Amino acid sequence: MSGVNDFAFKIGTVNGTGSASANGILMQAIFRMGIPVTGKNLFPSNIQGLPTWYEIRVSGEGYTARPSAIDLLVALNPATYAKDMATVRPGGYFLYDSSWPLQATLRREDVTLLEVPFGAICLEAFEGDRARTLLRNIVYTGALAALLHIDLDVIRGMLDEKFSRKKKLLDANHTAIRLGHEYATAHLPCPLPFHLEAMDETGGHVLMDGNTACGLGAVFAGATVGAWYPITPSTALMEAYTAFCKEFRVDPETGENRFAVLQAEDELSAAGIVVGAGWAGARAFTNTSGPGISLMQEFIGLAYYTEIPAVFFDVQRCGPSTGMPTRTQQGDLLSLAYASHGDSKHIVLFPANPKECFEMSVAAFDLAERFQTPVFVASDLDIGMNDWMTRRLTWDDSYRPDRGKVLDAEALAALPRFSRYLDTDGDGIAARSLPGTSPKGAYFLRGSGHDKHAEYTEDSAAYQEVVDRLLRKVAGASEAVPGPMHDLEEGGATIGLVTIGSCGGAVREAAHELRRRGLKVDLMRVRGFPFNDEVAAFLATHEQLFVVEQNRDAQLRSLFAIELGVPRDRMTPILDYSGLPMTAGVVVEAVAQAMAGVPQ
Amino acid sequence: MSSIKKPPVTHPSARTNALGLKLRDYEGTMSTLCAGCGHDSVTAALIQAAWELAIPPHMAAKMSGIGCSAKTTTYFMKQSHGFNAVHGRMPSVTTGAAAANRDLICIGVSGDGDSLSIGLGQLCHAIRRDVNMLYIIDNNGVYGLTKGQFSAATDIGSRSKKGEVNTVPPIDPVLLALSLGATFVARSFSGDKQQLVPILKAGITHRGLALVDVISPCVTFNDHEGSTKSYAYTREHGAEAVTTDFVPLRREITIPETDAAVIEVPMHDGSLVRLRPTTAGYDPNDRASAYAHVRACQARGEVATGLLFVEESLKEMCDGLGLPQEPLVNLTHEALCPGSAALEALMERYR
Repeated sequence: MSGVNDFAFKIGTVNGTGSASANGILMQAIFRMGIPVTGKNLFPSNIQGLPTWYEIRVSGEGYTARPSAIDLLVALNPATYAKDMATVRPGGYFLYDSSWPLQATLRREDVTLLEVPFGAICLEAFEGDRARTLLRNIVYTGALAALLHIDLDVIRGMLDEKFSRKKKLLDANHTAIRLGHEYATAHLPCPLPFHLEAMDETGGHVLMDGNTACGLGAVFAGATVGAWYPITPSTALMEAYTAFCKEFRVDPETGENRFAVLQAEDELSAAGIVVGAGWAGARAFTNTSGPGISLMQEFIGLAYYTEIPAVFFDVQRCGPSTGMPTRTQQGDLLSLAYASHGDSKHIVLFPANPKECFEMSVAAFDLAERFQTPVFVASDLDIGMNDWMTRRLTWDDSYRPDRGKVLDAEALAALPRFSRYLDTDGDGIAARSLPGTSPKGAYFLRGSGHDKHAEYTEDSAAYQEVVDRLLRKVAGASEAVPGPMHDLEEGGATIGLVTIGSCGGAVREAAHELRRRGLKVDLMRVRGFPFNDEVAAFLATHEQLFVVEQNRDAQLRSLFAIELGVPRDRMTPILDYSGLPMTAGVVVEAVAQAMAGVPQ
Repeated sequence: MSSIKKPPVTHPSARTNALGLKLRDYEGTMSTLCAGCGHDSVTAALIQAAWELAIPPHMAAKMSGIGCSAKTTTYFMKQSHGFNAVHGRMPSVTTGAAAANRDLICIGVSGDGDSLSIGLGQLCHAIRRDVNMLYIIDNNGVYGLTKGQFSAATDIGSRSKKGEVNTVPPIDPVLLALSLGATFVARSFSGDKQQLVPILKAGITHRGLALVDVISPCVTFNDHEGSTKSYAYTREHGAEAVTTDFVPLRREITIPETDAAVIEVPMHDGSLVRLRPTTAGYDPNDRASAYAHVRACQARGEVATGLLFVEESLKEMCDGLGLPQEPLVNLTHEALCPGSAALEALMERYR
């Protein structure tokens, strides 16, 4: 149930009317009051006109998953009033623009109406349609400040920061905040039973989205070539990389760029540019989503077989084909693990929050060069585009890039003969040479059959020797990828909840709720592929496994079955492929139902 | 197979270039193409050009896609790195390599199938970006490796070996390049080494993308009567617009008798390209007249050859990206990583 610092509200508006900045202000103000907060933007694939929603969850306990119930709905789009009214939990509130009467049939006995004539207030106070539309968002922010006890000084301070150079806008925004706040205070039951009280729980955290964190990671890892083709929801990743490079990578004296961002003509070309740059010795990456991954298959296979480091950020979206581009999913797990035709297998990292996005972005470049192979960072729209409360990003200045086995001119000169694909260390990783180093390191890279000396071959044994080594090489990465995160019951449990990526928060919350209900539950969140021994051990030691993921086909479960031989009937799938971020409620219900009647 | 294995020794008196390397040092492995293939002549011209330019072998990057043309990159410069990419995607790989290490001398060899069908988009965008590379199209108007299908360069009315007549209009890479803003556009014939070698040298030296369309007959599938890409047809219908001579920087340049008909184009490194129009009034610095000339030749059933257009571009891709002269691959971690203090400060923006 909701209470102080434990509730959720949802704002329904029209896309393109400027509500995003108001919602951002609300989020940030609550965060600055020291209260853990999460925002989920549920937006359409549209620039202007379609309905859009923003959900804000306040959780003093620090839960970051999407809320299971909505306590207050801020309804500013009459087109969705009916749907919005149905969303409110029994006993909740419905705040709407009372400039126009609410259809009687929409009323609910168990929902309290809160009326503010937002439109009429703006019509009277401001000039011009555009200003009235935009400032209506700030008026509802003011009203919410009164209803929920958001610190007005915090909001005013943020407006001052935001409009410091636009005096006229600043004044109008201050007026709007005041008008909303005054009206609500005078006419509504402020504060509501659930509201905010300042805490000190956000120190050491920031509000950031995963695309920003991934882009920043690429800057810190020393990536110099980024190639991409715009695609929702990954676009902001390269935009972030570019912006940070402009800030940190422009030579102060010459104005020269220590980075190259190439917007390619399509995803095929983007992948080609990354592969070419990786071959030449640069840390290179691309950012894309499922449809782009489909187009990049050919180059992924080439990079795998010819052993070129390359980093691919897949910000997963919903569905096969175009699907629902502005909705989230974890539908690319299988296609990333085995991307491209023929025998192939890849290193994949699964961040669950922006902090991990940053860290795994850096790790991806190290792994790609160390193992000379494509590495995927499987983010998704929920992490990528929503603001998450995440631990402050930190950096260890002693970090040095792991460039892997690269032979310089001196090392090449010492060799009797350079053989590009000769495994001299027994770890499946052969040393490479970069163009521009020495004629002795020259070899002919080809996607066609080659032997360990990089010579063309159609000989079965010579071909198999190379692909068998590739299998060993990638298997060897299992101990180098990030290990799983655990949340274990004291004394052990027989029920094992297993999950991956962005739904980790929801599953952790669900585990805590299930424990409150008396079930003994252990939790594991997988963070890297190929799976390491820790993953295998957890799966082996829990009798009843639930595998929670956001796709229809239980892809993570399939990976466990394929790679670790875990019988499918020991793993009950809990699947949410609605396109919306997962809630703890989905998991709690599924587990509780499955375990009903089973003696504990 | 068009050549026999040669003994590894060279004659002690064989000439050496500025690096002390012999012509043999720029050769590659034995060709596996059909005897008489035009592509082998292009390879020979490339070997000659690279040797004369004294390209340090390790600085060259031989780039290709898929097809008979793509195979040729193993047949020259065995001391250089080669990259045999996927079909039609050589331009993007070269784009990445050139961005990462702008010191590389990128030599791309493609074909009409590789560049005008599956890779047409990549070709166009490499031209738009002005990637610093030599881009050769070994153009035989046919798919050789898959045994004789029409390509996008097959002329209307040209017959296949089986006797079928092509009815679909061709894509002319020269006209395409001219209209896309290419800064160096040439066409030559694999059977005319005298014309081809100086063009290749100029193309390698050119700062930006140098497109060289080489009519290179396929002796097996497209050298019969009725083909417009055969040796006989090209010899008969070739019309040289300009003759090209390349004067490298390190050779002492003695100005010859002033020849009013010679157009000298200084390259960015100080070397010279001398063009002598054989068609009255032809101006290889004028894009519109180059386009008109190619069109006019086509109307007469002729193939316009020579260095048709050149503009010594000052902004190849890396310049456009604002990159330093030092290749990105040489930058140190310290020059790239903002460090902990910067991150600490940045975090305040996200509070």
